[in-house]
Amino acid sequence: MARIAGVDLPKNKRGEIGLTYIFGIGPSTARYILDKNNISRDKKVNDWNDEDLNAIRNTITEEFKVEGQLRSEVQMSIKRLLDIACYRGMRHRKGLPVRGQRTRTNSRTRKGKRKTVAGKKKAPKK
Amino acid sequence: MARSIKKGPYVASHLEKKVLAINEGKNKKTVIKTWSRRSTVTPDFVGHTFAVHNGNKFIPVYITEFMVGHKLGEFAPTRQFKGHSSKKIAEG
Repeated sequence: MARIAGVDLPKNKRGEIGLTYIFGIGPSTARYILDKNNISRDKKVNDWNDEDLNAIRNTITEEFKVEGQLRSEVQMSIKRLLDIACYRGMRHRKGLPVRGQRTRTNSRTRKGKRKTVAGKKKAPKK
Repeated sequence: MARSIKKGPYVASHLEKKVLAINEGKNKKTVIKTWSRRSTVTPDFVGHTFAVHNGNKFIPVYITEFMVGHKLGEFAPTRQFKGHSSKKIAEG
């Protein structure tokens, strides 16, 4: 069982895919890490020997910010926006999209479940 | 698209002149009234108070070092959301 940065990696997946289970490592970083250490991208996580594992661990700790550290960095950046009371900060505070998307429809990810407004009539028929 | 790095950050020339003039003297308390919402906050601005126009009135903005790199307009909201009416009875 491979355990990197506090995350259990799935045993039966190819290394390229398995590494992406770590928060902060996507497909391209995963490929970079494997290539750098001369490990085949197709090698299953199960088949890594201790040497491979250590090499991967080292690369990750040296070059990347992952998991908790990365999460807290993201939180800090958002907190900075909130504290300086800029437009983006206010959008975060209100739970609305931050990057100028429309809010007349959609943006349900940010706004959450629909809240029906009572007493709102449908357009009158004519 | 982001602004070219070659050009450096955009600051309205009249505003920059004013800020630098105040920095020369020691009194940093002067409030600078400005309509130039599109100007970037540079490190020279830190510690000043700007009155930034929001289309209706001037919003006082005190610049801290965390604000460097943002535009002045980001700190003076132009829209005022008063909330939806709680009960909307049939309209004419």
